[in-house]
Amino acid sequence: MNVEDLEHLAEQYRAEGAAQTREVRVCAATSCRSGGALLVFDALTEVQQASGPAHCKVKEVGCMGLCSAGPLVAVADRDAGLTDVDLYQEVKPEDAADIIASVDGAPVERLRHPTDNPFFARQQLIVREQCGVIDPDSAKGYIAAGGYLAMVKALTEMTPAEVIAEVTTSGLRGRGGGGYPTGLKWSTVAKTPGAQKYVICNADEGDPGAFMDRAIIESDPHRVLEGMAIAAYAVGADKGFIYVRAEYPLAVERLKTAIRKAKRTGFLGHHICETQFSFDVEIRLGAGAFVCGEETALMGSIEGGRGNPMPRPPYPAESGLWGQPTLINNVETFGNIAPIINRGGDWFASIGTERSKGTKVFALAGAISNIGLIEVPMGMSLREIIEEIGGGCPGGKAFKAVQTGGPSGGCIPNDYLDIPVDYDSLKTLGTMMGSGGMIVMDETSDMVDVARFFMEFCMSESCGKCVPCRTGTQQMYALLDRLAKSQAGPADLAMLEELCEVVQATSLCGLGQTAPNPVLSTLRYFRHEYEAKING
Amino acid sequence: MAAIRLARPGANPKGLPMQRPHPELPSSDKRWKIINTTMRRAGYAEHALIEALHGVQDAFGFLDEQAMSFVAESLDLPLSKVYGVATFYHLFQLKPQGRHTCVVCTGTACYIKGAGALVEGIEERYGVQPGGTTDDKALSVMAARCVGVCGLAPAAVVDGTLLGKLTPPKLLERIAQEIAE
Repeated sequence: MNVEDLEHLAEQYRAEGAAQTREVRVCAATSCRSGGALLVFDALTEVQQASGPAHCKVKEVGCMGLCSAGPLVAVADRDAGLTDVDLYQEVKPEDAADIIASVDGAPVERLRHPTDNPFFARQQLIVREQCGVIDPDSAKGYIAAGGYLAMVKALTEMTPAEVIAEVTTSGLRGRGGGGYPTGLKWSTVAKTPGAQKYVICNADEGDPGAFMDRAIIESDPHRVLEGMAIAAYAVGADKGFIYVRAEYPLAVERLKTAIRKAKRTGFLGHHICETQFSFDVEIRLGAGAFVCGEETALMGSIEGGRGNPMPRPPYPAESGLWGQPTLINNVETFGNIAPIINRGGDWFASIGTERSKGTKVFALAGAISNIGLIEVPMGMSLREIIEEIGGGCPGGKAFKAVQTGGPSGGCIPNDYLDIPVDYDSLKTLGTMMGSGGMIVMDETSDMVDVARFFMEFCMSESCGKCVPCRTGTQQMYALLDRLAKSQAGPADLAMLEELCEVVQATSLCGLGQTAPNPVLSTLRYFRHEYEAKING
Repeated sequence: MAAIRLARPGANPKGLPMQRPHPELPSSDKRWKIINTTMRRAGYAEHALIEALHGVQDAFGFLDEQAMSFVAESLDLPLSKVYGVATFYHLFQLKPQGRHTCVVCTGTACYIKGAGALVEGIEERYGVQPGGTTDDKALSVMAARCVGVCGLAPAAVVDGTLLGKLTPPKLLERIAQEIAE
């Protein structure tokens, strides 16, 4: 199969559904589901079959982003994108008749959520361009929307070196938080000799408050598989693993369906699209260990053992899974690959800042009006993200800080909100990009308590292998607990700061090295809150 | 403790590896067959360990010594390794769980929106903290790191159903309903 054949196939799939020119899209991702989206879907389907126009189709789609207003339903033309729709919020099964009646007429004003507001208008969609538009369980739907075109192009028209060159040109950096240049990682794996190489997709999204990867998998699983297959072709691997959290049952189901359908249609498995390239993907479930998001721990877990991190080097690119050269990238990183191959590395590199290219998906949560997922170009200021897109703090409360990077990151106070968001600028503020969770806190949040919350997390998630992390987090937690209860003296604060330095400098893996970050950053910007709690 | 085979079967005189004998199923309970199938599909390889333990927990609700010994023998692993893995991961339970479960999300977003009050509410009403089970085995309470529905914070999962935008009375009412049924 070459590019023309696939385009022809996509055309054919589009023609099959051409009679249905209008769509009613129901978000069936986890968040809307727990709000009752499936009942809404059933009600809409029933009304549509009984009395709806024949040219209208009710379908399940993935995440539309605005989780706090769910369950979401969109009425749109068949080929319309995410924002070119009549969007309805907090839809109940009783609303089904009104929505179906509005398919060809005026929108239902009482349910309507505008899509020309900053939440939608200020976003730029690359990874999420098909999220909330296509049916995640349909391989046909993915192909009709231009899916697998990048893979077939890479397999039939490009050498592995050309694929890597394109990714390198794009300037894409790892979206899991580290920000390591993706092209460089790929070329290292490609250059390392090895009889068997592996590609791993890290979907162990452990940071509390981060749900980007879950939404991408639940909304557009084939895109992740396509990215992995292109990567495997580029580095010379024929076996892949997706390591996904057991806490994401729907994402696991969607992935299983996607893998099965991709294999059946010849886009995964032996001799993909009649080329010499074969690639097989297996799912591996996590079992509730945060440290398994660390790449060496993750590989230990895939091998069936405890998720204990190993010292690096050797890096996985040289000696990874079962000692073989292994490429590990995050879900969002793989999600960026197909557009880069389709539209070129130069196009991707034209978006974003000098050193951070493309877009980033963020999960907005906490004390913010619009809770959900957004995708914005790198370099947008935090103020625009929080105040314009996020709609600021609800209830007229004053903004206090935003926490990025989860338990490994830090908080940013109001004074620094105008800084453009990229990998490097966040580091200078004492935090990090992380996987993309942004938790907003308003004036009611107690920062010492927040620091204690994160330390409790790190203490309980420490794998116990190295002493500084195992013991250090315990002691730091004890000190923070005393501080939070106003039982600590000045010496305790000094001890806490010293411990932070020791744990940071001497821990084996990222978990321990970054565990003190929330303390250091709250100390940096909110020291007065600590001091106010010291007696004597 | 169940007997664990210490010596691996050696190669036969022709130098071909002998077929590794697999242990008998612990009982005629059909659930063991499902677990055995999971391991067989992976060729009884070591890397099937976590998947096998997931299988046991899905089938029986927790991992007991008999189950761990069976998995250890099937995969030709020392019991200590199986125990080490089972205790490493938070999701694996080594004790029987209550008839109903409530998992309170204690991720950052839920924490900011009052997950603490949910945990306290449960403790007041049922006298158990996360990780515990009531004496009458009616309810097990757990804390999750983040269930990823921050838009609906604070959230909890009661008997597999995800509930969002909770308050302590709302959650307690739901739990009482589940227990009553």
